[in-house]
Amino acid sequence: MELHVRALRTVLEQKGYIDPGALDALIETYETRIGPRNGARVVARAWVDPIYKKWLLADATAAIASLGYEGRQGEMMVALENTAAVHNLVVCTLCSCYPWPVLGLPPTWYKSAPYRSRAVKEPRSVLADFGVRLPESVSIRVWDSTAEVRYLVIPQRPPGSEHSSEAQLADLVTRDSMIGTRLL
Amino acid sequence: MTYESHADLGGQEGHGAVIPEAEGVLFHADWERMALAVTLAMGATGTWNIDESRGIRETLPGYSSLTYYEIWIKGLIELLKKHSLVSADEIAVGAMLHPARPVKRVLRAADVPVVLAKGSPTLRVTGLQPRFTVGDHVVTRAAPVDHHTRLPAYARGKRGRIAAVYGAHVFADTHAQGLGEQPQYLYNVELTAAELWGAGDFTVAIDAWEPYLEPAP
Repeated sequence: MELHVRALRTVLEQKGYIDPGALDALIETYETRIGPRNGARVVARAWVDPIYKKWLLADATAAIASLGYEGRQGEMMVALENTAAVHNLVVCTLCSCYPWPVLGLPPTWYKSAPYRSRAVKEPRSVLADFGVRLPESVSIRVWDSTAEVRYLVIPQRPPGSEHSSEAQLADLVTRDSMIGTRLL
Repeated sequence: MTYESHADLGGQEGHGAVIPEAEGVLFHADWERMALAVTLAMGATGTWNIDESRGIRETLPGYSSLTYYEIWIKGLIELLKKHSLVSADEIAVGAMLHPARPVKRVLRAADVPVVLAKGSPTLRVTGLQPRFTVGDHVVTRAAPVDHHTRLPAYARGKRGRIAAVYGAHVFADTHAQGLGEQPQYLYNVELTAAELWGAGDFTVAIDAWEPYLEPAP
């Protein structure tokens, strides 16, 4: 594959369809700038600021854009709040739709057949693969991203974090918790 | 039926356990970085749209045995050939053998942040009125269709409830076929596990365009 992709890139460059500098900029963007730390900052802000949280739940696209995260694969965002009674889990059974501006590129398991096939049919068993067991009393809502709306889970704030700063809280938020496959 | 998607996996059995992975792992080989970059850069030329590219990828022969970025690269090559930007002999030798054809845009390094921040919004202003409102009971289209669509097979012919109205959006089915955007109202539809699978205590929400839905009898 290595040689195959290199050959393809050479043809595209020779034909003037791509700018090599743009390729480097794209890779650098998704390796260093657009990733789950963005989403973690959104979550931490929602935890400390009730007005922001209300806005995020009412108009996630605008609330997230206000922190500087917007655009490709996050053009229309919806935030889903996990509570003691409701647990949200996001999947794309048809391909790999994922909220890039806040979570970056999707992990391999998110794009793979086991997760895509099972999340909509046996979500508790999928959660068990991540070591998560929820009480029977918790309602599970699975969100299959079948159009261009992208979903961000707001995980429950972990116990014992009452005195943490917003920046410290953001450090506690994991990528998987914002997909709904882990708790904090 | 001549159109067959190999990507419609919801509810399939036998795929095994999910294997979690650490947060920092984005690529598993150097070529995957380049696969990402060339795919995004060629997408930015505006030669095809995302729905057409999804249609190409989900119908690739051998889909189920390909890795994610192999699907991207094979899909990209199919799109390049279909739109006559690159031919098979050029890919085989790794060099330009035929004159380039003009493309609408070439993505420049300096424009990357702006282009990514803009994205490709699908919300459209139309004169249409939504047929359904929150709380309405609907039934999804039962019949498979002979083209790219975004109604998963597991959700065909099922009763659900409208949970949100998302406005009119570019209709993936026509957009993928080169028939234009034809915006349609998009809804979030909540289905119960009992309706989908005969048992279960959870719900599954899908996003469905209006043509996928009829009022529940």
